[in-house]
Amino acid sequence: MTIVYDDPEGQTTDFPVRRIRFTVNGEKKIAEVEPRLLLAHLIRRGLGLTGTHMGCDTTNCGACTVLVDGRPVKSCTMLAVQADGHEISTVEGLATASELHPLQEGFREEHGLQCGFCTPGMMMAAKALLEENPDPSEEDVRWALSGNLCRCTGYQNIVKSVLWAAAKLRAESGEA
Amino acid sequence: MYPSRFLYEAPRSLDEAISLLRDGGDYAKVLAGGQSLVPLMKLRFASPQLVVDINNVPGLSYHRAEPDGTLRIGALCRHADLERSGLLKTTQPTMAAAAPLIADPIVRNRGTLVGSLCHADPQGDWASVVLALGGSVVARGPRGTRTIPLAGFVTGPFQNVLDPDEIAVEAVIPAAQGARSGGYLKLERRVGDFATVGVAVALETGSGTVTRAGIALTGVGGSTIGATEAAEALTGQPLTAETIEQAAELAAQAARPRTDHRGSAEYKRHMVRTFVLRLLSRGQAAETAERAA
Repeated sequence: MTIVYDDPEGQTTDFPVRRIRFTVNGEKKIAEVEPRLLLAHLIRRGLGLTGTHMGCDTTNCGACTVLVDGRPVKSCTMLAVQADGHEISTVEGLATASELHPLQEGFREEHGLQCGFCTPGMMMAAKALLEENPDPSEEDVRWALSGNLCRCTGYQNIVKSVLWAAAKLRAESGEA
Repeated sequence: MYPSRFLYEAPRSLDEAISLLRDGGDYAKVLAGGQSLVPLMKLRFASPQLVVDINNVPGLSYHRAEPDGTLRIGALCRHADLERSGLLKTTQPTMAAAAPLIADPIVRNRGTLVGSLCHADPQGDWASVVLALGGSVVARGPRGTRTIPLAGFVTGPFQNVLDPDEIAVEAVIPAAQGARSGGYLKLERRVGDFATVGVAVALETGSGTVTRAGIALTGVGGSTIGATEAAEALTGQPLTAETIEQAAELAAQAARPRTDHRGSAEYKRHMVRTFVLRLLSRGQAAETAERAA
């Protein structure tokens, strides 16, 4: 994997690079990264997984939320070198080749998006919530998503989408 | 946004981290949760030459009570760990109230209490909580370990007394002598915004009187404010409408708010008073219930 770094002055002679090993959506990877590379940039530019969005770039909006070892993290506020030895999950890991994840179905069924920019972050934050609490209340969902901003929908349908997914996941695990 | 270029080390022990800091020149920074440092580096308000990431140092994620009741919080204990802590729910009402109000749920997964104390943002919630509880920071460096009371740890906005080669390894909350009550209230425009006003109240009571009181204010001055006169006015007194009123007034006087986009100075001072009243009235209700039982 190659990452191209900007060199606007044309005078950079040397900079530190570190080799890291990590897992993304279950696949093992090795990358050589400059320490100042952000995890969000590694994911988007290095891995080409552009489902993770960069919104505010200032730790506010949560569009860049991914899971690190199962817990949601704002990937614009973590250095890529810090992923060394850890498991990253992005929105691309939700669906299988043949079917959508119940969260993705829920966002479709309940019209949980308009422009879609915040959606990947919403889904990853919701995924972590449902793994910790399979039967959340509306209040629990609003609490868990309070670090993710949406500028289109006013949240109502996003909350409904997550509750839809929770119900479907519970029904599936009941059948199993 | 990219930070400026820096060297990065991820040591596996504290001793190694300290020697890296000692040899790291004038401008090395310790990286724990990174939820303040990384944004500052991206905006280039901070441009360290060396970043010493302590996340791979084992044994720093704890928060635990010692047999005598002293609480110790390690440098890698995340806000989310404290938010989910059964120990805090049963023994530390002020901390348990503050933990779910820090930043937002995603930031809480990485940010740390000790890092927040070191960052010394006047709008940082934990500094008020730890100040109200009479807590300290334990720092380790090449010359050994020292314990620094929080009141003397923060010297100004974004400034603390740590030497460049010292690491804050844990925060310590002393054991209560009486029954603990108190809480933390925060006014914010939305989740994740900085506090417009925050108030921490930590009380210890016994035999109907307050044996120890701590009151501290967030976001209403150039640094965290200890409302010591308000706390002294309560000590040795029962919680009555009069003593509560007096403490709230003294706390409001201790505030040094400035008018900004979050509100006028007058409004913020008024909110300090309101929050102290609310928190102490809750303490009074708990005390009355305990005596009735």
